[in-house]
Amino acid sequence: MRLRRTRALQRERGRWWRRMGWAIALQGGAGDISPSLLPERRLAKEACLRHCLRLGVDALKSKKSPLDVVELVVRELENNPHFNAGRGSVLTSDGTVEMESCIMDGNTMKCGAVSGLTTVVNAISLARLVMERTHIYLAFDGAEAFAREHGVETLDASHFITPENIERLKQAKEANRVQIDYTQPMQKNEKDAATTDGDSRIGTVGCVAVDNDGNLAAATSTGGFVNKMVGRIGDTPIVGAGTYANSLCAVSATGKGEAIIRGTVARDVAAIMEFKGLSLEEAAACVVKERVPKGNVGLVAVSATGEVTMPFNTTGMYRACATEDGYSEIAIWPSTKD
Amino acid sequence: MGGWAIAVHGGAGVDPNLPLHRQEEAKQVLARCLNLGISALRSSLPAVDVVELVVRELESDPVFNSGRGSALTEKGTVEMEASIMDGKGRRCGAVSGVTTVKNPVSLARLVMDKSPHSYLAFSGAEDFARLHGVEVVDNDYFITEDNRGMLKLAKEANTIMFDYRIPTVLLDTCGASVENPLQMNGLPISVYAPETVGCVVVDGQGRCAAATSTGGLMNKMCGRIGDSPLIGAGTYACGLCGVSCTGEGEAIIRGTLARDVAAVMEYKGLGLQAAVDFVVKERLDEGQAGMIAVSQNGEVACGFNTNGMFRGFATEDGFIEVGIW
Repeated sequence: MRLRRTRALQRERGRWWRRMGWAIALQGGAGDISPSLLPERRLAKEACLRHCLRLGVDALKSKKSPLDVVELVVRELENNPHFNAGRGSVLTSDGTVEMESCIMDGNTMKCGAVSGLTTVVNAISLARLVMERTHIYLAFDGAEAFAREHGVETLDASHFITPENIERLKQAKEANRVQIDYTQPMQKNEKDAATTDGDSRIGTVGCVAVDNDGNLAAATSTGGFVNKMVGRIGDTPIVGAGTYANSLCAVSATGKGEAIIRGTVARDVAAIMEFKGLSLEEAAACVVKERVPKGNVGLVAVSATGEVTMPFNTTGMYRACATEDGYSEIAIWPSTKD
Repeated sequence: MGGWAIAVHGGAGVDPNLPLHRQEEAKQVLARCLNLGISALRSSLPAVDVVELVVRELESDPVFNSGRGSALTEKGTVEMEASIMDGKGRRCGAVSGVTTVKNPVSLARLVMDKSPHSYLAFSGAEDFARLHGVEVVDNDYFITEDNRGMLKLAKEANTIMFDYRIPTVLLDTCGASVENPLQMNGLPISVYAPETVGCVVVDGQGRCAAATSTGGLMNKMCGRIGDSPLIGAGTYACGLCGVSCTGEGEAIIRGTLARDVAAVMEYKGLGLQAAVDFVVKERLDEGQAGMIAVSQNGEVACGFNTNGMFRGFATEDGFIEVGIW
């Protein structure tokens, strides 16, 4: 039924899309990433992005389904302590970790989401299990119980907490505000940058992929943002906000959760493509530039025809992409052509 | 066009064998809530205040599945969720896993107005409620004998599996058989509690708002979140319209139904009823759901592909209607 709909939409536009091959894009968070980010931080993150991109590309080349590909890439990002998901998640106001994630299969439009995880090693895999086994969305104690019932890998909560995040929470509490303000602090200088590590206070990880047959999938995972209230749910697990995939495109968004929810960002990219006939790049740019306030959002997206786009309206976004025709990119700040 | 308009719902998917007195009871509750909203609109209360007070009234009445009268989890407890959205500025608030707060929709409103976030759940939501002195009661308050009975039946029917849908049987073949073949969310329709309540309003200034509240699915797993608290799925409001949905949660979530109504109006230029019809026809596939909507121009609309939906409408020019089928 999905394929029929894609073809119908394509005919509606009066032309057959030429298949452009597989494509993959991943993100490690958009936000106020200072150009004075510590070099070792930057290199570590770039290395991880490169590694995850390679993993995803190899998987696509060996004909793994996009759903499997996005899951395995996000698992890898979750396991890396440099990104705000899984191990390395930022901390709540109580100093704990509450992780959430979402996965969506563009073909069937089945989806799975989880929130409030404290011991599950790979939130994205639990989201996938929820998608396949039960109700769409499980949270907190119920999600943890489900994980144990199904023998999903769990570790003590301390596994996820890193010294950097303890420090970030401390700074956030001292600043006595929830870190949703993305503008650079006025007194920022080299010393401050070293202390605050110059890194964005929020983040997410995500991956979108399309194979040669136009099958699409999206996955997003996060620890949320620093000093968030216990029980706060962001955009990541909300289908249509942080994550979305249908027969046209797959989208994973990152940034200020509250803005992404109200802007139904991921859904809007697909809706603009469908209802206004814009290309992936145009639709994504429209959402990021015109529909969400500056400094609040970034996203990665691929289309059924193998296009990729990675727009953001923040200072930077950790990102990487590759397409079958050989193009690849790993970046943090706007490239010169932006 | 113009002027205020209001719509309320008490769930999509109705047992065709529902006894007449139960039907009347439901219609009376809807009418009462509608009239409450109408008075509020006549005294120029803004849309977001009206949807909140109407949904509070629906939550307080045990007839529908929200607040008191909520469906029960597999453990026999109540876990409620709700969301509210103010079309002006598209501000929103949502809560899930609420167990002691008397009016979840008001807690959602508080999240929207008094917290830096949009969505709080479970113990975090409960703590937030206590911090703000919100009225709380024992979980028992929300549980009705009717629903205890329903839970038992649901467990006997041993369902709530994931992909279980059977084609909707035509009403005239149902006959008088006790075993009704109609199903929703995996439950025989006679057991399936009407799900969710909602209200959408456009006020005299053309501002739209929407709110939805529910106890969720009978016999659901603890921790299960449905479509009602998810912005874009069960609830949405923007400058153009306000929408509240009800029915099979999965279908509503993956179809981002509430957002899609607004999106086709905005991006395709469709009118309100045409947008609702489009979404019901094109976005539901095998899923069953219904929705109510209002537009900034004072129109009301509804659409459903279920066999019925508890609903009521009123517009400033005097139109008023309450219905089920």
